Amino acid sequence: MLSRLVLVSGHILKNSGSFGACLVQASRSFHQSSQSRAPVPPLPEKGGKVRHGIFPEELFTLLYPKTGVTGPYMLGTGLLLYMLSKEIYVINHETFAAASIGVVIIYGVKKFGPSVAAFADKINEDKVAEAQEVKDQAMASLAQGIEDEKKEQWRVEGRCMLFDAKRNNVAMLLETNYRERLHMVTNEVKKRLDYQVELQNLHRRMEQEHMVNWVEQSVIKSITPQQVQGIWSLH
Amino acid sequence: MADKPGMVEWDMHMALAQKRLMDVKLGQLSSWLGTRDFTPNGLLGSVRGGYERYFNKYINVKKGGIGGVAMFLAGYVALSYIWEYDHIKHDRWRKYH
Repeated sequence: MLSRLVLVSGHILKNSGSFGACLVQASRSFHQSSQSRAPVPPLPEKGGKVRHGIFPEELFTLLYPKTGVTGPYMLGTGLLLYMLSKEIYVINHETFAAASIGVVIIYGVKKFGPSVAAFADKINEDKVAEAQEVKDQAMASLAQGIEDEKKEQWRVEGRCMLFDAKRNNVAMLLETNYRERLHMVTNEVKKRLDYQVELQNLHRRMEQEHMVNWVEQSVIKSITPQQVQGIWSLH
Repeated sequence: MADKPGMVEWDMHMALAQKRLMDVKLGQLSSWLGTRDFTPNGLLGSVRGGYERYFNKYINVKKGGIGGVAMFLAGYVALSYIWEYDHIKHDRWRKYH
């Protein structure tokens, strides 16, 4: 559980101001010489097994086939007694200090270990959740972008219909305008021609009346008084 | 075909160099040491490789235990005892063991 704190603080020491998960990947790609684009494999769940805090499990598995379960312990006891008896390990004041410190450390680890581990785990999980949230948001916005793009493409398809309708409208307007003007032209021309026709009729009528009047006048004039007497004497 | 014996020895040399320490048999140990790279660059590379292996196995995990740090500290304690042994020798209780 201390390693978890080391991991948390070690990342802060290595690169300040980034997420823990990304940092692990950064440190890994720094260590590997080949620049591969493959996704970085996830961290292993648990570290190598260690017995009694300082002896790696590999020692026990190494000795198990030859000496069984108690082999490494016998080896440890023998080594310890040898070092004590030959005074390769000398008992002096430092031994007492080391023993006291050892007791305190072991007591502290046993008592506060799980809570510190849970705390460090929570910190890590928060970092991972933040990174995950960023990733989810990015993905959601990108998906939204895809949806909008598709909608725009669908709209573009409709644009052809829009243009056709507009073209039809314009054609109709032109047609209407043309026909209106045609009507106007016909009417105007008809009015002019009617006028001329009426004019000619008028001329003819006037000439006719004038001629009639003139003939009447001349007839009346030519009726001499003796003809008037003659007609009157007939009655 | 004249250099065939030389080729066979070179192949054995290469095969030995690829093996890890745990797979080397006891008799081959000296020749295995001969294949190792003892230039300063090689030493640095092996130190870095060892550090990476230790780091990735015990510390760079999701749920590390006390083992990673504790082994490191225990190794430091042992190493400093070894370095101070010439001084600690004088605190011995008996002269003859």
